[in-house]
Amino acid sequence: MSTTEPSAAFPDAGGHYGVYGGRFSPEALVAALDEVAAAWEKAKQDPQFQAELKELLASYTGRPSPLTEARNFSRHCGGARILLKREDLNHTGSHKINNVLGQALLTKRMGKTRVIAETGAGQHGVATATACALLGLDCVIYMGEEDTRRQALNVARMHMLGAEVVPVTVGSRTLKDAVNEAFRDWVANVDHTHYLLGTVAGPHPFPAMVRDLHYVIGAEAREQVLDLTGRLPDAVAACVGGGSNAIGIFAAFIPDEQVRLYGFEAGGDGVDSGRHAASITGGSPGVFQGARTYVLQDEYGQTVPSHSISAGLDYPAVGPEHAWLADSGRATYAPVTDAEAMEAFRLLCRTEGIIPAIESAHALAGARRIGAELGPEATILVNLSGRGDKDVNTAAAYFGLVADKEEQA
Amino acid sequence: MSATTLQRRLGEAREAGRAALIGYLPAGFPDVESSIKVIEAMVEGGCDVIEVGLPYSDPTMDGPTIQKAADRALAAGTTPKDVLRVVEATARTGAAALVMSYWNPIDRYGVTRFAADMAAAGGSGVITPDLLPEEAGPWIEATDAAGLDRVFLVAPSSTDERLALTTDACRGFVYAASLMGVTGTRAQVAGTAKELVTRTRAVTQRSGLPICVGLGISNGAQAAEVAGYADGVIVGAGFCQRVLDAPDLETALTAVRSFAQELAEGVRGRA
Repeated sequence: MSTTEPSAAFPDAGGHYGVYGGRFSPEALVAALDEVAAAWEKAKQDPQFQAELKELLASYTGRPSPLTEARNFSRHCGGARILLKREDLNHTGSHKINNVLGQALLTKRMGKTRVIAETGAGQHGVATATACALLGLDCVIYMGEEDTRRQALNVARMHMLGAEVVPVTVGSRTLKDAVNEAFRDWVANVDHTHYLLGTVAGPHPFPAMVRDLHYVIGAEAREQVLDLTGRLPDAVAACVGGGSNAIGIFAAFIPDEQVRLYGFEAGGDGVDSGRHAASITGGSPGVFQGARTYVLQDEYGQTVPSHSISAGLDYPAVGPEHAWLADSGRATYAPVTDAEAMEAFRLLCRTEGIIPAIESAHALAGARRIGAELGPEATILVNLSGRGDKDVNTAAAYFGLVADKEEQA
Repeated sequence: MSATTLQRRLGEAREAGRAALIGYLPAGFPDVESSIKVIEAMVEGGCDVIEVGLPYSDPTMDGPTIQKAADRALAAGTTPKDVLRVVEATARTGAAALVMSYWNPIDRYGVTRFAADMAAAGGSGVITPDLLPEEAGPWIEATDAAGLDRVFLVAPSSTDERLALTTDACRGFVYAASLMGVTGTRAQVAGTAKELVTRTRAVTQRSGLPICVGLGISNGAQAAEVAGYADGVIVGAGFCQRVLDAPDLETALTAVRSFAQELAEGVRGRA
């Protein structure tokens, strides 16, 4: 099995998924985007690249990641059979490493020596710093000043791995501003620098390339579910911020029309409250950071800040392929509030002994909803995209497990 | 189609054997009324063309100075309607009025409606730094229908093929980004600027499309240097910086006027 099968006929040559996607970028970056697209097309066909990536995914990341049946958690999901795809067990603790290793190898093939990346919670930053340490690449991570404070531990991890972490002090000082800063760096240093974008957003070819690199999640899971149950799952559930783990697990199932695909967005305090990060449910089509997609924006097209308890989902847009999957009806997107996600977080800890990332807890909360609807006969595959070590402070504060602010800092 | 004010101003400068001076300021910076006064001072000082910036929350191609100016304008509550009001006031000065905008605010406003309202406000054209000709189908139709100039960018990294594609899609002028980087003042004009203009001339020879150079030009000597090979010199961050530095509006207007005069001498004193 190839690790990077394309999932569908999409995108077209210009990077479009129906009306979504494309390339809305400065002319100065077009040559670099074309270079990445061409290098990626070539690498995908190159058995040597595929072998190198496959070997790293096996011996370094620990793939294939296991499929765990959550028999106890199932009782909280209307009795539906719950199968967890354990991306949390990957090296560095989430699915992010799949994309990072692929793009880091590609960076070397393009003869570039420096990698830049954005990070919100720090998972993509840590994964990128890890791959750069392994492959001997210079690494600069842009991170909103707000986030460097909230995720001080991950900042320390990146430093230990040899990366430079640049706090972003402009705009709203969060993930979207870190992406803006990374683009500003890239345009000035593009001759020797690759922008290792961490999700299925941005200008073409990023949404397609990052999807291809996460295709392995769904491809493995599809075989594992068939081996275990003898049939395809009734539903696949994933959380959606930018949407890389969701596309990764959806892609292999898109042709299986009987399999329902569910993306769960960060509903924050509730979509009606205006404090959320549910771009598809609560946003509208627009152009943001390089692509046409669903965006949280006001009536004038200014970006509206997102809100979520999960830093990894706290982004005011979504990858363009999700926008297309939503409009075409192939996948269903729904919001999960902070409170619902934290309840699912607590339940998985207590019933299965697995501390999930708060991001992934949105998918678990969604699975509870689908399970209640589909009943005990149903099998639901859930992408457990990351582990919750990084979220212990947030969770402890949320559940009142720490005495005061001093202790969680 | 009759010539736009932009085309006339660029033509006059060419006949006078000099480069045109193009100044940029975000509408609504520091507030809507003051931005009109600053623009009037820019024109009094010698700007032939004004780029009225439409402030946007995510200005990926701007450095810290213009980001700060745009943030101030947004904090002051500037809307696209305000931008059109500033365009109207700019056109009344006799200078050509352009809008410079990231794509999403125009997309959101409605492409056809924006082009029509822009023309009605007396604007000559629009510069769209993150819209590539490949994605511009509806925009090209809308600007054609409204009789507006449309300006795309070329960069030092553009291939010859893309220089031809992009200049073919432009009307009014083509914006040559002098360097690989974001807006902001620089100590020296980038070495890449002249080469880009030379390469762009090779594909615009037949059309005669003017080539205006922007990014990193921030004093009279630099303006003179660029005027030696370009049809227009674009200055933005330098104006914004003077407004940011001034303790009050009067001081800002004086500083902006004299800066425009320095640049206007520069574009007349071709190196």
